[in-house]
Amino acid sequence: MHSFGYRANAVVTLAVTILAMMCSMASLSDNFNVPSPTAEVKVLNINWFQKQANGNDEVSLTVNISADLSSLFTWNTKQVFVFVAAEYETPQNALNQVSLWDGIIPSKDHAKFWIHTTNKYRLIDQGSNLRGKEFNLTLHWHVMPKTGKTFADKIVMTGYRLPEEYR
Amino acid sequence: MGFIGDAVDSIRSLQIRQVLTQLVSLGRIDAGMIVTSALIIWKGLMCVTGSESPVVVVLSGSMEPGFKRGDILFLHMSKDPIRAGEIVVFHVDGREIPIVHRVIKVHERQDTGEVDILTKGDNNFGDDRLLYAHGQLWLQRHHIMGRAVGFLPYVGWVTIIMTEKPIIKYLLIGALGLLVITSKE
Repeated sequence: MHSFGYRANAVVTLAVTILAMMCSMASLSDNFNVPSPTAEVKVLNINWFQKQANGNDEVSLTVNISADLSSLFTWNTKQVFVFVAAEYETPQNALNQVSLWDGIIPSKDHAKFWIHTTNKYRLIDQGSNLRGKEFNLTLHWHVMPKTGKTFADKIVMTGYRLPEEYR
Repeated sequence: MGFIGDAVDSIRSLQIRQVLTQLVSLGRIDAGMIVTSALIIWKGLMCVTGSESPVVVVLSGSMEPGFKRGDILFLHMSKDPIRAGEIVVFHVDGREIPIVHRVIKVHERQDTGEVDILTKGDNNFGDDRLLYAHGQLWLQRHHIMGRAVGFLPYVGWVTIIMTEKPIIKYLLIGALGLLVITSKE
């Protein structure tokens, strides 16, 4: 009952149990946070809009993204992964989601930001459906915790439209 | 040293028949129950999360700074459609090691509901097309093993050490075996 083995086993088991409980309580505390983020994305320019040799449309845009995501940060937040995706529908595809830009916000100080950028990832359709296409821009965020459950949500901004003709 | 000396003495004092009886009947209540409960918990997690492998260890730095090597991820696979931004674990055809990356492009068909998916590691410069099989441009749903829904830091180092230095695994199993044979309860 008092051998080294038993004592070591008891201490280690207790330590692991307490650690597990602390991690779950830290994660549960994230549920009490009520976030209120804001975001705005403006399409400043359509740089070019072409049909590729393989028949797929591709468009390059410059956007201005401004957002305030500081209400997402809790003490259990390691970073927030944020990305802007273009979403649209075509006759062949019920949903197309193409990420245009993403970034990592490492702390609350960086959470209120403003960026002017061309699309980081190519917006290529499966087919040639983009002329005059109406699309939404959604700003998604994924809150990555120090320990526990990840949270994700998005803001949908509607009303964008691609040009009728290639340029 | 005393502990090992005692254990060796106890082995010498056991008869072969007794050892075999214990091994065959799994007579050790504690060790047998530990192994059985671990198996029950693992299979239970497989049922609850709907995934073949409910917990994975992060092996590379391609998702830093969010997930570092040695962290573990809890997976869940539901029938919900796969959407951009989700962190998914997938197998490339012909490769064993699962990859944990984020979905950046989704194209979902109107008629069949099937999806074409493109993934990328947060810390990588380019998308994952270089990792996919030769000529493969997209992933489909059947490649995806699960979505990462939770995370624990550092716990996976035990698995990484045991995989990369198998001698430690053999030492641990040997020590456990020794305990099973020699504890006198």
